[in-house]
Amino acid sequence: MLVELLRGLKTTFKAMFEKPVTYQYPEVKRPVRPRYRGRHVLKRYENGLEKCIGCALCAAACPADAIFVEAAENTDEARYSPGERYASTYEINMLRCIFCGYCADACPTEAIVLTDNYELTFTSRVEAIYTKERLLEPVRGEARPTPQQTPPGVYTRAVPKMADPQD
Amino acid sequence: MTDLYEVTYDEIKHLVSERALEGETMLLNMGPQHPSTHGVLRLLLELDGERVINCIPDIGFLHTGIEKNMEAKTYMKAEVMTDRLDYLNTMGNNLAYCMAVEKLAELDVPPRAQAIRVILAELQRIASHLVWLGTGALDLGATSPFLYCFREREQILDIFELVSGQRMMTTYIRPGGLWRDVPAEFEEAVRAFIDIFPRRVDEYEALLKRNPILLDRMLGIGVLTKEQALNIGATGPVLRASGVAWDLRKTRPYMGYEQYDFDIPVQEAGDVYARFLVRIHEMRESLKIVRQALDRLPMGPVRSNNRKYVPPPRSEIGESMEALIHHFKLWTEGFTLPKGAIYSAVESPRGELGVYLESDGGNKPYRIHWRTPSFDNLQTLTVIGSGHLVADLIAIIGSVDIVLGDVDR
Repeated sequence: MLVELLRGLKTTFKAMFEKPVTYQYPEVKRPVRPRYRGRHVLKRYENGLEKCIGCALCAAACPADAIFVEAAENTDEARYSPGERYASTYEINMLRCIFCGYCADACPTEAIVLTDNYELTFTSRVEAIYTKERLLEPVRGEARPTPQQTPPGVYTRAVPKMADPQD
Repeated sequence: MTDLYEVTYDEIKHLVSERALEGETMLLNMGPQHPSTHGVLRLLLELDGERVINCIPDIGFLHTGIEKNMEAKTYMKAEVMTDRLDYLNTMGNNLAYCMAVEKLAELDVPPRAQAIRVILAELQRIASHLVWLGTGALDLGATSPFLYCFREREQILDIFELVSGQRMMTTYIRPGGLWRDVPAEFEEAVRAFIDIFPRRVDEYEALLKRNPILLDRMLGIGVLTKEQALNIGATGPVLRASGVAWDLRKTRPYMGYEQYDFDIPVQEAGDVYARFLVRIHEMRESLKIVRQALDRLPMGPVRSNNRKYVPPPRSEIGESMEALIHHFKLWTEGFTLPKGAIYSAVESPRGELGVYLESDGGNKPYRIHWRTPSFDNLQTLTVIGSGHLVADLIAIIGSVDIVLGDVDR
């Protein structure tokens, strides 16, 4: 009886010195893996041009019909992205989105990527629709914001050369 | 709108005994919000005091219309719904669906993809059994195993996040192979799990197996005989605990299961304890398969090269016009499957998970039916649930291991 009691207590005391497996969220956040499929971001090229060319392949690939894209024509005076067209409207309804990552898979220019941000909150249905302004990456460093004035005949190619994902 | 159909008294009278009609016994609703029904399952119980005379499962509270909804999506898009059927067996559902599509398309899967599929499906089996063990023990009043089991399960889900980017809704196994190759850290993560898990499963067994209170709750409770199990069509651990050595991984091997050396645990008793033992042993056997598959993991591609079904790699999109056309075509219209019907089944943690897929030659399934193990195993409750105390019924439901997402679909 006493032996068993001590054996039980041994387990208890051992557990006291083990490292806990839980995280004290929200003070401590669990690190996520590189492939994590969180909130979407629309990427830019280094010069600030948007990668999205408004082809709406993401909208076609989306199993939840969460994406709405409307395209408009680029000109050299007001250029948003390389190639002929850019997305004038880009909306993702986060209430519909299931974070399957099909949009990122389908995107022919790697414009839409899923990031590690899993803290999505909104208090209304309107707020749940992420517009292009909210999705688009901010302009950093040397890059210029869009629309840009560009020399003619330079940005003719919409689909860039890409490497296979490495992570 | 059709008229409302009212069920008459005579139509449902036979569900309960004569004594209930005279008011001698009591009818009690257990669920759909009862924590021990493991989901939104309603059990209509006819009670004589504490004793269950009749147990009538009422399903449909979690009906999602997934089967019907899949008919409205292309084959590629429909796959995300398979994750949401049996949410404890996402990799297995992906696998069952992809196998059906591949069978109809006569699409080859590279050996490396097959081995990774096996590893992930077996890890998923362990994860699912851990949830069963934790919640099953919780139902019987043992609270600590629940926390321990979820600790190990989290390790498996972390591996899933590593490969697919999501812990549960993976959509990692795709028709013709996998989404992407596994990352470099995959082997290390699985090895870490293989190292730690045998000790842990021994610990759980020691915690529960010889606990006199648990034994009283499990031994001789909810006995399902071999004949009953076969008549109802029960599969998986429920069938194997009743003495039938039927496991699709052995009897109808798929994905190269025949190369791996593992046993099928079988118990004769057919009670709650037998089902407990079968699942505990299955976790060890699954780990054996994972270890062998990882040791022999071949190198090579993980996706079929058939561009009519599998999108091209990203590096080709920017260079080849054909690749870009295939990419756009597959992501908008999807691929078409030849006209015909196919049935393909895998062994899920709960039993035979079958997909009946009928194609009319279009880019969407004409009809897809899921033969889900939880649905058939649930029917055993009417047989093994009666005659016991209400408290024992809790143990029985836990031991059958149903997932309501799998029952209603």
